[in-house]
Amino acid sequence: MRNISKFREAGLLMFIFILCIFIQFKNSSFLSLENINDLLTNTAILSILAVGMMMVLLTAGIDLSIGSTVALSGMTVALVVNANPNVSPIVAILIGVGVGTVCGLIVGFLVSILGVFPIIASLGMLNVFRGLTFMISGGKWVSAHQMPVSFKGIATSSVLGINTLIFIAIITYILFFYFINYTRTGRQIYAVGSNVNSAKISGINTKKTLLLVYTLMGALSGLAGVLWVSKFASAQGDTATGYELNVIAACVLGGVSVAGGYGKVSGLLVGVLLLGILNNALPLINVSPFWQNAIQGVIILAAILMNALVKRRATKENLRRRKI
Amino acid sequence: MEDKNIIHNKRIIENKKQFNLKQFFFQWEWMLVAVFIVINIMNTNLSPNYLSVTGILDATMLFLDKAFMVLPMVFIIILGDIDISIASITALSSVGMAVAFNMGLPMPLAMVLGLIIGTVCGFINGILIVKFKELPAMIVTLSTMTIFRGIAYIILKDQAAGKFPEWYAYLGWGYVGVIPFMLIAFIVCAVLFALLLHKTTFGRSVYGMGNNTTACLYSGIKTDKIKVIVFTLMGLMSAVTALFLISRTGSARPNIALGYELDVIAMVVLGGISTLGGKGRMLGAVISIFIIGLLRYGLGLINVPAQALMIIIGMILIVAVTIPNINLDKLRKKKKVTA
Repeated sequence: MRNISKFREAGLLMFIFILCIFIQFKNSSFLSLENINDLLTNTAILSILAVGMMMVLLTAGIDLSIGSTVALSGMTVALVVNANPNVSPIVAILIGVGVGTVCGLIVGFLVSILGVFPIIASLGMLNVFRGLTFMISGGKWVSAHQMPVSFKGIATSSVLGINTLIFIAIITYILFFYFINYTRTGRQIYAVGSNVNSAKISGINTKKTLLLVYTLMGALSGLAGVLWVSKFASAQGDTATGYELNVIAACVLGGVSVAGGYGKVSGLLVGVLLLGILNNALPLINVSPFWQNAIQGVIILAAILMNALVKRRATKENLRRRKI
Repeated sequence: MEDKNIIHNKRIIENKKQFNLKQFFFQWEWMLVAVFIVINIMNTNLSPNYLSVTGILDATMLFLDKAFMVLPMVFIIILGDIDISIASITALSSVGMAVAFNMGLPMPLAMVLGLIIGTVCGFINGILIVKFKELPAMIVTLSTMTIFRGIAYIILKDQAAGKFPEWYAYLGWGYVGVIPFMLIAFIVCAVLFALLLHKTTFGRSVYGMGNNTTACLYSGIKTDKIKVIVFTLMGLMSAVTALFLISRTGSARPNIALGYELDVIAMVVLGGISTLGGKGRMLGAVISIFIIGLLRYGLGLINVPAQALMIIIGMILIVAVTIPNINLDKLRKKKKVTA
């Protein structure tokens, strides 16, 4: 199994490599430093959400409410900075994360304590959070001129020479790479996803793990919400509608199994990168925006099917090699 | 010995009967009926204009377009699968239909073409899911969702296509007597689907597969064939939704029916059909369509904003699913005490 996953990531990387050469050939500005910076900035929010979603998927759950959580936390923060322009960006981010954490906690409570199926719990909360977003804003937008410069600066400023969004994404990845791979709680997430019962029997508090996973997902969505609003300099009621499906697609491309228990941060990174490159490169090589959806869909489908075929073949060969 | 056995068997049968009676009143559908009545009473109290036969009949036209997708979705969720590409199929088939009509195809043929497009989309979903069993249906339909709507965008770009003949509006706006044509069409479809699910071998196999696909396969049920048929039906009914939807809106756009998939799944789940598969009945889903639809209509009458409605519907969904969880636990505890 280990070989397959390595092969898988290598295959995806190879695909990205070929794609990059092809695009570079068509449009030489693709691999310019400026464009790469753009690409990464645009992918940062998706990648932050993808880490959270990966943990949720690892437990064999799913969270459809994150698009709404992004909108709710983004709108809350936008309203706060609109009312008090002196709020520092860090406080704004903390408020967003706080709102997201509460949202995640609610979904987690429903899933872990009350035992509601994740897809239903998050589907219900999707409606609730989205409705709340419209309620607190009164259906109005908060647009660029209503936000203080310091807040919009979150997305345009840079830390240590890299854009803040990318910086935050990198920090998130380092933190969660450590958390998922090298802490006890992180490994317990895999255990819960592989087999809830055996996890329970081996003394893992599965309810706590589930609650934690959804809360972290909420917190990351809250963070993403603040970054989203700062980046696009507008908070709307319908921000990030349907974005949860993009995030799930990124996870699936990155080899995270929706059935739980399988997936790695490194694979996820490759998946997110591929999706980001597709988003960035298709306009660069003059693909009509109307074709982008379909092309993206075909590539996602092809990647998933290829992955399945490769896995099948590997299992077959393993069986053949086995000495009886 | 034999006598004892007979008595024993009789006891089992009697017990079964009693159990059934008890269950009969604790059925999910009764709860839905209760909710339905409560909502109607509430609506009547809140707004004096609510309780009129024509008003309610007219209101059904506001939400019945989605209802056609609920029927086959019940099958899919009983199978333990899910299809989130349905709204995209609706978009693609309505765009295909409208464009074919604008290019000179007569409307009836264009409608048939729309149905064919939907059926083919559903068939593709089914084949992919059956051929790649290691991939969950959610993932397959997630990618075909993007593709189908993507093709709709390629065909129509950001334009709208319409200018249908006048008789076509009858589908979405017409009446037979005082009853909307759409309601009649829906009832006919609902009865057909209910018969298919509850009275045929096909329907029983669907339940069986929802509980244990492997066991069904070994007992000689053509599981792959059934799955493909169910997904193809889903595609067909998504196209039927397209027929009614663009008859009501008067034009087709690629972003039509956006987000319908989650609405439809919510209706099915509220109807007591478990996403784990193998459980639930058609009646529950049909009642829940009317609960959500009439709730929207009634609260809309007293000017509750649409956003508050979203919150209410989300809450109802969660509460409805949570209540039986709690009840079951309590019942189990009681049983343990008596035992």
